[in-house]
Amino acid sequence: MMRFLLNDERMEQAMGILLRFGVVMASTVVLAGMAFYLQDHAHQSVDYRSFIAHPLTLAHKGQLIDGMSHGNAAAIIQVGILLLIATPVARVVFAVIAFLAERDRLYTAISAGVLAVLLYSLIYGK
Amino acid sequence: MTVLVFTLLVFASSSAAGLLGALTGLGGGVVLVPLLTLVFHVDIRYAIGASLISVIATSSGAAAAYVREGFSSVRIGMFLEVATTLGALLGAYLAAKVPTRALAILFGGVLLYSAWLSWRSRRSPHVDAAVDNPASDKLKLSGSYPGPDGQKINYKVDRIPEGFAMMFGAGTLSGLLGIGSGAVKVLAMDRIMRIPFKVSTTTSNFMIGVTAAASAGIYLRRGYIDPALAAPVMLGVLFGAITGAKILSRARVSVLRTIFTFVILALGVEMIVNGWLGKI
Repeated sequence: MMRFLLNDERMEQAMGILLRFGVVMASTVVLAGMAFYLQDHAHQSVDYRSFIAHPLTLAHKGQLIDGMSHGNAAAIIQVGILLLIATPVARVVFAVIAFLAERDRLYTAISAGVLAVLLYSLIYGK
Repeated sequence: MTVLVFTLLVFASSSAAGLLGALTGLGGGVVLVPLLTLVFHVDIRYAIGASLISVIATSSGAAAAYVREGFSSVRIGMFLEVATTLGALLGAYLAAKVPTRALAILFGGVLLYSAWLSWRSRRSPHVDAAVDNPASDKLKLSGSYPGPDGQKINYKVDRIPEGFAMMFGAGTLSGLLGIGSGAVKVLAMDRIMRIPFKVSTTTSNFMIGVTAAASAGIYLRRGYIDPALAAPVMLGVLFGAITGAKILSRARVSVLRTIFTFVILALGVEMIVNGWLGKI
């Protein structure tokens, strides 16, 4: 498993596949959510002129799963968006593992640093 | 306007933005925010949130095609992402402090600057300069890319602190305005760090998704990302960008680029005027 990673070119190929897989999954979920949303709300009127914050945190994922199981369209779209945001994060996690397998300490540390910034913003950032 | 009509119109215009963005290499995000605020009268914070999501989608979606060519450098990308993600955190933090009028004016300025860059790049050809920088080897940033005849062309990276600082700025803009700021990233790599153009553009594309992800969590928590708006924008831009990449070889890019330059110039002026008058 680790041996096939021991090369920058192969790492990039695998990252490319990983990213595309993430985007396909995320857009499928978002598309489904949008279809449900249109089914429920097609004839309502829209207003995005004024900003009303609907904060959503990762801590609300229980709420998200609950919403999804009840067929709440907005919750399904949110899950798709979370999948999309997770895609580049997964790429950085992958880089940490791959550089570790290459026994490249400098770049393991650099990738881990990028991952730390990403996780900080996802969990604590306001 | 009903939700159905609004969603379809937003999807169609986002597709057009994604298509033009892919064909001209400027990305779709930069026209999306003015489009949503000026045409659809969406609050700029929702527009920025939706744009940021579409930026992650296109960057990640295009990555597989780019890496297959072997131009991008995973090390240069990862090294500079330290700067862009930290910048993106600062930008997302500032976005809540800065009044929306100021955001609009700043966005207009970025549009004017992009138009100017785009106009200039048509005439001044890039010159590859081989440089000798020991730090480039130490940080393992030196690399090679396939040349036209299949041979490997080696390159080194120069002016690393300056490039790193500029990447921090690119990340801040990205976090503040919800754009990929690809133009600034390419400028930092290609002009300042003297990284070959093809390596710069493909690596920049790779970096955009990670940079945007660093501010996306913050935007999500602040409620900038409205699902019903973000969905048609994300899907539209992605659809347009994929179509654009497919027809790229057949399109007359120079003509498109000129048209696009004038479009973003006009949008930039309109953003500044509306921001100034307090209409945004």
